[in-house]
Amino acid sequence: MKNSLTIAGKELAGYFLQPVAYVVMTVFLLLGGFFFFALLRYFEVTLTAYSAMQNPEVLQRLNLNERVIEPMLHNLAIVLVILVPAITMRSFAEEKRTGTYELLLTAPIRTGEIVAGKFIAAACFMLIMIGLAGMFPLILVAFGNPEVGVMFSGYLGLAWLAISFVSIGLFTSSLTQNQIIAAISCFGLLLLLFVISWPTQGGGGSLVDLVRYLSLPDHFAQMVTGIIDTRDIVYFLSLIFVALFLTQRSVESARWR
Amino acid sequence: MIEVKNLTKAYGNFVAVKDVSFKAENGSILGFLGPNGAGKTTTMRIITGYMPATAGTVLIDGLDIFSQSLEARRKIGYLPESPPLYPDMRVEAYLKFVAKLRGVPRGKIESALEHVLEVCGLADMSHRICGQLSKGYRQRVGLAQALIHDPPVLVLDEPTIGLDPRQIHEIRGLIHHLAGNRTVVLSTHILPEVSQICDKVVIIADGRVVLEEYLKKLPAGTSLEDIFLNAITKERHDDAASAEETLEEVGAGHT
Repeated sequence: MKNSLTIAGKELAGYFLQPVAYVVMTVFLLLGGFFFFALLRYFEVTLTAYSAMQNPEVLQRLNLNERVIEPMLHNLAIVLVILVPAITMRSFAEEKRTGTYELLLTAPIRTGEIVAGKFIAAACFMLIMIGLAGMFPLILVAFGNPEVGVMFSGYLGLAWLAISFVSIGLFTSSLTQNQIIAAISCFGLLLLLFVISWPTQGGGGSLVDLVRYLSLPDHFAQMVTGIIDTRDIVYFLSLIFVALFLTQRSVESARWR
Repeated sequence: MIEVKNLTKAYGNFVAVKDVSFKAENGSILGFLGPNGAGKTTTMRIITGYMPATAGTVLIDGLDIFSQSLEARRKIGYLPESPPLYPDMRVEAYLKFVAKLRGVPRGKIESALEHVLEVCGLADMSHRICGQLSKGYRQRVGLAQALIHDPPVLVLDEPTIGLDPRQIHEIRGLIHHLAGNRTVVLSTHILPEVSQICDKVVIIADGRVVLEEYLKKLPAGTSLEDIFLNAITKERHDDAASAEETLEEVGAGHT
């Protein structure tokens, strides 16, 4: 554990020694701000239009969470599909290319500790970034009357999603010494998780059920609407576990005879 | 003490190291010689536990590098072929990171750091960024990294490569000084280096050991160069050439 934290500390500091982390955070927050502004503007327009209709029932149904935060979080999830690979592609690939991998593997530490350390660092980075994006709902709280619990649940969903993405990114990075290959294959896997349920429309049977279960947007959408279900938490946890397990195997395979 | 036992390493069909065995005793410096591509780096990577052998094993102070890997790795300080530096980190932060990884107790990190900065001549460089150092200084940081946990076994892959003559002189002095009761294995293809600082020489060619001998037992009057050239050409002519035969041949005129 101590070794994991040593590596995590070095990795996290390492993110900020390079411009990549700042660029990724800036892009994420700027796009987030843009979505927030655009959706809020649209909300306002709709609000004015509905008010003119003098129908209090429709006006009642107009909801800040549904109209602004929910679509914003869904958009940010897609942005993460592109940004997470940019953050995780270095993790193992760069070490292999520059030869520092030799330092890590000959140090008296377990491969699991290396993987855990890199995972903790990348997960912390994501939490910092998503935490900073928490300023958008804070603005709503300051000027409006949104449901705080629902927004919190949505952000929690985004955090789970980002951390699962990160573990998949670590896995693809552990397979190669080429950062581009690591990033592209991670991007492919993440996008696949988004669209995997497409062919299951109208189908039935256990295979279809399995594929549907794998589909990420369903689990994420649940949390965004404010429903924290253990099934969704279990889904994200298993995604993280499987990806990290494969990463550990892939790193350990260097020692197989 | 390092005992290399019948080490074989194959990459697919290509056999890089064939049945290599040798021993490096406590308190001695072993020079590991061989032409380019002879299998020096592969052997050292196996000794340090970076890669597994196809067959055979290595004992570090009696600990098997495969079955007791973690304990064995604790005893080793390793300078790979290219110094394993993180280009964005500062020298001090990097060495502290390695110290923690190598299990130096928290309270001793500061003094260990000062010590290696001092002996490797890096005192003025501790705030420099690794990626901006010259080749020579990178090599020194690599050496500092290998020494920071005061390991009983040192494995140095071409420690003097890329250094200027003055630095080479200093580093050789440092290695000689370090030996003490440590076991040092260093690879090189600079022959005078071996005769200057090593106690024992192992020559490999095409992945096989062609000579393992104490320097003081080498026939008087023969230069290491003759022995080396003879050993590696002999290897090409006759795979079965044993070390003794090679020696006898070279020393024939003198004994």
